[in-house]
Amino acid sequence: ASQMADDFINPTPIVREVDRQGRRAARSLQEALEDEDAPIDAEEIFELIRDIKDPEHPYSLEELNVVQAADVSVVDARDGLSSISVVFTPTVPHCSMSTLIGLCIRVKLLRSLPPRFKLSVTVAPGSHSSELALNKQLNDKERVAAALDNGNLINVVNECLTALQAPAHG
Amino acid sequence: KEMRLLELARLTGHTERAWCVAWHPQGNILASCSSDKTIRLWRREGEQWICSIKLEDGHERTIRQLSWSRDGVFLAAASFDGTTSIWKRDGAGYDCVATLEGHENEVKSVAWDPSGSYLATCGRDKTVWIWDVETEGEYECAAVLHGHSQDVKMVKWHPSRPILFSCSYDDTIKLWAQVGDDWACIDTLLGHESTVWALDFFSDGFSFVSCSADQTLRFWQCPQTPGVVVRDADMKFSNVRTLSGFHPRCIFTCSVSSHSGAVATGGEDDAIRIFAQLPEHDGQIGLVATQEKAHAFDVNSVAWNPAVPNVIASCGDDRIVKIWQVV
Repeated sequence: ASQMADDFINPTPIVREVDRQGRRAARSLQEALEDEDAPIDAEEIFELIRDIKDPEHPYSLEELNVVQAADVSVVDARDGLSSISVVFTPTVPHCSMSTLIGLCIRVKLLRSLPPRFKLSVTVAPGSHSSELALNKQLNDKERVAAALDNGNLINVVNECLTALQAPAHG
Repeated sequence: KEMRLLELARLTGHTERAWCVAWHPQGNILASCSSDKTIRLWRREGEQWICSIKLEDGHERTIRQLSWSRDGVFLAAASFDGTTSIWKRDGAGYDCVATLEGHENEVKSVAWDPSGSYLATCGRDKTVWIWDVETEGEYECAAVLHGHSQDVKMVKWHPSRPILFSCSYDDTIKLWAQVGDDWACIDTLLGHESTVWALDFFSDGFSFVSCSADQTLRFWQCPQTPGVVVRDADMKFSNVRTLSGFHPRCIFTCSVSSHSGAVATGGEDDAIRIFAQLPEHDGQIGLVATQEKAHAFDVNSVAWNPAVPNVIASCGDDRIVKIWQVV
């Protein structure tokens, strides 16, 4: 809070109002995973990531328009390869927090879903000055694994994953 | 003829993702390592495979990769904790006889050279290190090699020459050899369009295969003229064939059978595939077997048994180590 506004990568982000009341009464994730007839859908995946806190602002990724339901896609094939793709949009094209945001999204999904889901987390085309490098790094399983057994980094990730866990309804 | 994989053993014990399997040169012991920071040695007892030894306390973080010395006396382990440990057989057990330090962060691969004179390591700090193996238990850094522009995923020595091959996140494969008194990069192989995860040699030493996040397998060959001896520094490999469209996601691992020349691969699609020369296609290499869902999740490592033909070991994100018979 004592940080000067000038220190922010994006000091004045556009914050959109989020209707937390309007959320659908979702089945629990566990129910969804076990439901043979109605596989996991994109909306349920979006539900997992919308409240992740931005690393530098007290807002959620949804409030900053970094993640949107339309940018999540899911293939839930019980007898084949299941995959999830999340495309996120950094608020500014030189955002150095993008790796951390991508890592937070990936960790949230890794912790919530069984590993049969193949995850792809990428930045939206044209949204970042180092798009290719960023996408490659976020999807290298060895780098992600190494990052996750780095204590300092995982603390920062955990902070972003838990800060907004209990949103004030209304 | 159609081939298939028969599951001989399903070995449980690792409590986190299993990264690598490595056969003892005699083919009777299988070593595996994991994010659970342990190395397990498996051997056959009657009809069962059992975990005979668990090596703990060697590393503080993930153990990424293992390499046996050719005489089978030493086992080296590369770890994300930045060190490489050397284990020596002592009677029925193994003792940690050395810990090599120097890399700035994660060590991703380690390899003994065929003569037992050198060890190589590589890691996220983009460097490749060559270590002189001196008297027992002493390892002297002979060279720190810069050249890759990104982290180095794997090092592997040529099967009969002191040439080191390294593959990298920078999409290239580099060859390193002694030029005069110094180690230097003697060639850089371009072709893969994403991270090169692994490579393995055919036993003649004039060809090898590499696999990549670009979902291809590439075959590389060094031309030979009968009666002409190729010097180490003159070995020039070129990409003679590329196989794509078989693995729909990253290919993390490849292993060449020293008995048949067949190539086993595994990757992010949870499958193991086997490629071999097809007589009906003039000896061109093609797919001969697929084991879908070989592991419940990603397959991280496959290795042909060096002594027993048609036997493969594998391990994956499901924490399981498996042994397969190819029939």
